[in-house]
Amino acid sequence: MKSSLIRPLVAALLAAGSTAAFAHGSFILPSSTVLSKPAYVTFDAASGNDMFYFNHNTLRGDITAIAPDGSSVPLENEATGKLRRVFDVNMKDNGTYRIRSSNSGINARWKDAEGKNKIWRGPAAEFDKNVPKDAAELRVGEGANTLETFVTVGKPSALKPSGQGLGFAPVTHPNDLYAGEDAVFRFTLDGKPVPAGLEVDVHPGGSRYRDAIGDFKLKTDAQGEVRIKWPTPGMYRIEVEMRDSKTSLPQIKERRLSYAAVLEVLPQ
Amino acid sequence: MQKTAPLLLGACVAVPVAAQAADLSLTVEVPQLKVSEYHRPYVAMWLERPDNTVAGNLAVWYQLPKAGKENGEKWLKDMRQWWRRTGRELAMPVDGVTSATRPVGKHTMEFRNGAFPQGTLPAGQYVLKVEAAREVGGRELVSVPFQWPPAKAQKLTATGKSELGEIVVDLKP
Repeated sequence: MKSSLIRPLVAALLAAGSTAAFAHGSFILPSSTVLSKPAYVTFDAASGNDMFYFNHNTLRGDITAIAPDGSSVPLENEATGKLRRVFDVNMKDNGTYRIRSSNSGINARWKDAEGKNKIWRGPAAEFDKNVPKDAAELRVGEGANTLETFVTVGKPSALKPSGQGLGFAPVTHPNDLYAGEDAVFRFTLDGKPVPAGLEVDVHPGGSRYRDAIGDFKLKTDAQGEVRIKWPTPGMYRIEVEMRDSKTSLPQIKERRLSYAAVLEVLPQ
Repeated sequence: MQKTAPLLLGACVAVPVAAQAADLSLTVEVPQLKVSEYHRPYVAMWLERPDNTVAGNLAVWYQLPKAGKENGEKWLKDMRQWWRRTGRELAMPVDGVTSATRPVGKHTMEFRNGAFPQGTLPAGQYVLKVEAAREVGGRELVSVPFQWPPAKAQKLTATGKSELGEIVVDLKP
């Protein structure tokens, strides 16, 4: 595969602290996922290897709260600490709110005339303005990552997947998950079902209190769907990652995409 | 729901068929608990079909909206199966279904075909669900399957382990 060279390169770019990549498992943890009347919900956002502990790094970048009608809701009382970021969202309407952290764009590294390392991150449209045409040792990557969690006031409302990059089109509502039952989720790529065989990583929380991490991997079927049977109640993080060649600039060979969701599974 | 139409029609022309006269008497015990902080439980009682769809709510006890008091609707979701199956679809309070929380003891409710909160209960297999959730306490769900209308008088019982006491369903044809 052509990408055998690019992979380490992209990895290096991402490790350099890029717009792409939640290098560790990042998460946004809601204080409640099911509400019977409008209320405030508070969130912890962080990244780390262990779900869902604040022991590595805070979560930076844009976070948006989207109301059931699609409008965006302000984050209140936001504070960023060393190990986590916290904020409140006032959920006034019935239906499902999505709390989303997403980042996408181009990541370029090159050496200037004096041989110094230069880094630029931004949208594809601004690439030509910011990166010199004759940049030496230019390395460019592109990525789009989304991390979400869901909270429902009253009756769950329908969720539309994003038409760009990796999207989440749940068949089973993400606030309707119960231990011992199956949930069916569809993932989309630029609005269409993802290819069959895409790996879905399911990572349960609470690893501090057991020896095994307890994660497992499933694969999407021909409809881009995966069926998850929840072994135990608790918080879970699911993630899909893929790479393709639908880049926004000809000099970029590969686009790296990821989608992750933090979900609560209730007991029967 | 179409199946109910002939039955209702039958009732209108007052043909006393045994099935229409069937009775369901439900007794739910709120147990005495040795706890330092006690709040009366929220209790929901409803009927499910074998596929878990809801045939109707029988009763829901919760802290009714009252001036100067915190709106008890906030905790309705703690009866999590009821909330999921039917609660979240309802606009509270519901006439003939919702009422205030009850003290420790046995509480009996009578339902008659044609006089369920939803009217007539079509013939079929049902599961009575009783779910209790208590502030600073636990939560429990008890199920009692039954056939409707009953072929003969029947007394079905189930007992909760923590938040519910004895549940008695008395069926009369």
